[in-house]
Amino acid sequence: MTATTTTQPIVQAKDLSKSFGRVVGLADCSFELYPGEVLAVVGDNGAGKSTLIKCLSGALSPDSGEMYIDGEAVTFKSTNDSRAKGVETVYQTLAVAPVLDISENLYLGREIRKKGILGKVFRSLDKKKMRAEATQSLNDLGVLTVQSITQSVETLSGGQRQAVAVARAGAFGSKVVILDEPTAALGVNESARVLKLIKDLRERGMSIILISHNMPQVFDVADRIHVQRLGRRAAVVTPQSHQMNEVVAIMTGAMTVPEAEQQLTPVR
Amino acid sequence: MSSTAPTTAADEFADKASTMQKVQSSLHRYPWLSPLFVLALLLVIFGVLGLVMGVGDLENFFKPGTISLMLQQTVIVGTLAIAQTIVILTAGIDLSIGAIMVFAQMFMANLAVYTTASNVTFMAGQNPVLAVFIGLIVATLAGGLNGFLIVRFNLPPFIVTLGTLSIFTALTLILFKARTIQGKEMPDFMLLMSTKFELGPLTFTLGLIVMLLLYVLFAYILRGTAWGTHVYAVGDDPVAAELSGINVKRVLFSVYVVAGVVIGVAAWITIGRTAAASPNVAPEINLETITAVVIGGTSLFGGRGRLLGTLLGTFIIVVLDFGLSLAGLDQAYRVLAIGVLVIAAVAVDQWIRKVKA
Repeated sequence: MTATTTTQPIVQAKDLSKSFGRVVGLADCSFELYPGEVLAVVGDNGAGKSTLIKCLSGALSPDSGEMYIDGEAVTFKSTNDSRAKGVETVYQTLAVAPVLDISENLYLGREIRKKGILGKVFRSLDKKKMRAEATQSLNDLGVLTVQSITQSVETLSGGQRQAVAVARAGAFGSKVVILDEPTAALGVNESARVLKLIKDLRERGMSIILISHNMPQVFDVADRIHVQRLGRRAAVVTPQSHQMNEVVAIMTGAMTVPEAEQQLTPVR
Repeated sequence: MSSTAPTTAADEFADKASTMQKVQSSLHRYPWLSPLFVLALLLVIFGVLGLVMGVGDLENFFKPGTISLMLQQTVIVGTLAIAQTIVILTAGIDLSIGAIMVFAQMFMANLAVYTTASNVTFMAGQNPVLAVFIGLIVATLAGGLNGFLIVRFNLPPFIVTLGTLSIFTALTLILFKARTIQGKEMPDFMLLMSTKFELGPLTFTLGLIVMLLLYVLFAYILRGTAWGTHVYAVGDDPVAAELSGINVKRVLFSVYVVAGVVIGVAAWITIGRTAAASPNVAPEINLETITAVVIGGTSLFGGRGRLLGTLLGTFIIVVLDFGLSLAGLDQAYRVLAIGVLVIAAVAVDQWIRKVKA
C-alpha cells in the first residue's frame, strides 16, 4: 500500500464557484483528494458534480476559488493543462475514436514518433513501440482479453472499451484519475470488472475520483464519499461511518452531518 | 488475426459468422476491397466482351495504347480526389475543388503569358516557374479560406464550399475574362506535366507519375503520422478527439489548407493534360472527385476509408468511360453506370458500418 503519512491532499479545491448565467453550478465548494484513495463523489442531479469535475479536469474554468495539485496552485485552461499535471479523466461519453485501433486510441493526442530522421523529418510514428507499450499497459491492468492490439475499438464490447479508456487514463504516469460514471452504460459483469480495475489502479498507488449514481458500487470501492448538494460539499463520510440510506438523506438535504462526524482526513 | 485466447468477443463472433458476416468484417477492415472487386469485375467483363465475343471495338481495350491513354486520363480526377478524400475523412465535403483548381490554373497561365484579355495584364509575363509557384500559393490560400470559414465561424463545409465554388468561379471570369489560353501560347515549363516517356509498352506522362507519388506520400501521411491519425479521429468523433487532447479546429483548418496545396498541383497537371488553361475544363469535376472517393469505399460520414480505395475509384470511372465507349454505347450509359455504382457504394458503406462485436 502506498498510503502516505502526509496529510497533504494530492488534489485540493478551495471555495470554487461557477455560475452559468443565473444558474449556480458551484457555490464556494471545497474538495480534497488524498494520495492513494478512491474518493466517490455523489449527489443529486444539478448538485454540481459535473461542474466540479470539469473544473478539476480543466474542461471548465471556475469563476473564483483556488485549486492545488500536490500543494501547488494551478489554473487549468484546457484538459491538456490538467493532463500535464498528471490528472487524467475518463468521460462518461467514452472519449475513444471507434475506427482507430486500441494502441492508436491509447496514444491518441500523444503519439510516439520514431527516433532519428524518420521521426524528426518524416514525422513517422513508432507503431511497433506504441503497440508493445499498449499491450504492456493493458496487461498490467489485467484487461488484455482483446484479440489483438490492432483491433479497431468499435469491435469491442462496452466493457472492453471502458477498459481501454481507463487504461489510457492510467498509462501515462498519471497521479490522479477521474472517472465519470464509468459503469453507467455497462452490464453487471462488465461493471464488476471495471470496479476491479479501479481497485487495481488504487493498488498501483493512483488516486481516484469516482463519480457515480450507483450506491452499492460506491460503497464497494470508495474509501471516502464526498456528498455534493446545491453546489457545495454537504459532507464527507465513509462507507463504514454511514449507511447507504443515510448518504441518500444527506444528498437530498434530509440529514446533515456535523463536521466532527465527517471524515475530512485520509483513511488510508 | 489468429489468437490463442479461448473466448474473446471476436472469437465468438468468428464462430457464428456466416459468409456474409465474414465479407462484412473483411470489408470493414479493408474498405478498398470493394472497389478492387468492382474494378476486377469490369476488366473481366470488358475482356470477355472484347477478346472472346468481339463486341464493338472492345478488342482494343487491352492494347498498350488504350491502357496508356486510360492511365493519363486519370490524372485530373485522380489528383483532385486526394484532396477530396482527406476532406471527406473529416466528415466534410469540398464542393469548391473544381472551382479553385480552375482559378489556380487560370492564375498560373495568365501570369506566364502576355495577354490583352485578362484584367491582370499588369502582372503578366512572369517567369513560368514563379507563375506556377504563385498559382500553388493561390490554391493554398483558397483552401485556407475554406478552412478559416469552417473553423472560425462553425459553418458546415457543404455551405462554405458551395459559396466558395461560386466565388472562385466568378473570380475566374472577372479576373481572366473567360479566355482560354492555348498550350502553344505558354512557356514550356507550364506544360512540363505533359512530358511523355516510355516505360515498357506503356507511355506515361510526368503528371501521372506526380499523381502516383502524391498517392504514396498521402497514404503514408494518413496512416503513418500523428496528423493522419488525428484526421481519422476528428472525422470519426470530434468530441472524443477534443477530449483526447487533439486540437480539432487546427486539424480541420490544416486539412483544407493541405487540400488547397493538392488542388494547386492538380491545376498545373491539368494545364499539361489539356494543353490549355480554360475556365470550362472539366465542368463535372467536383462530382467526379466525390464519386471516386465514395466508390473507393471512403465513408461520407467521416473517419473511414483509405486513399488506395480512391485511386481504385478513379480507375473505375475511367475504365467504365473507355470500356462503354469502345463497346459502342452512348455516353449516357456511362453516366447511368456511375450513378448506380455511387448508390451501391454508399449502401455497402452503411452495411459495413453496422459491424459490431
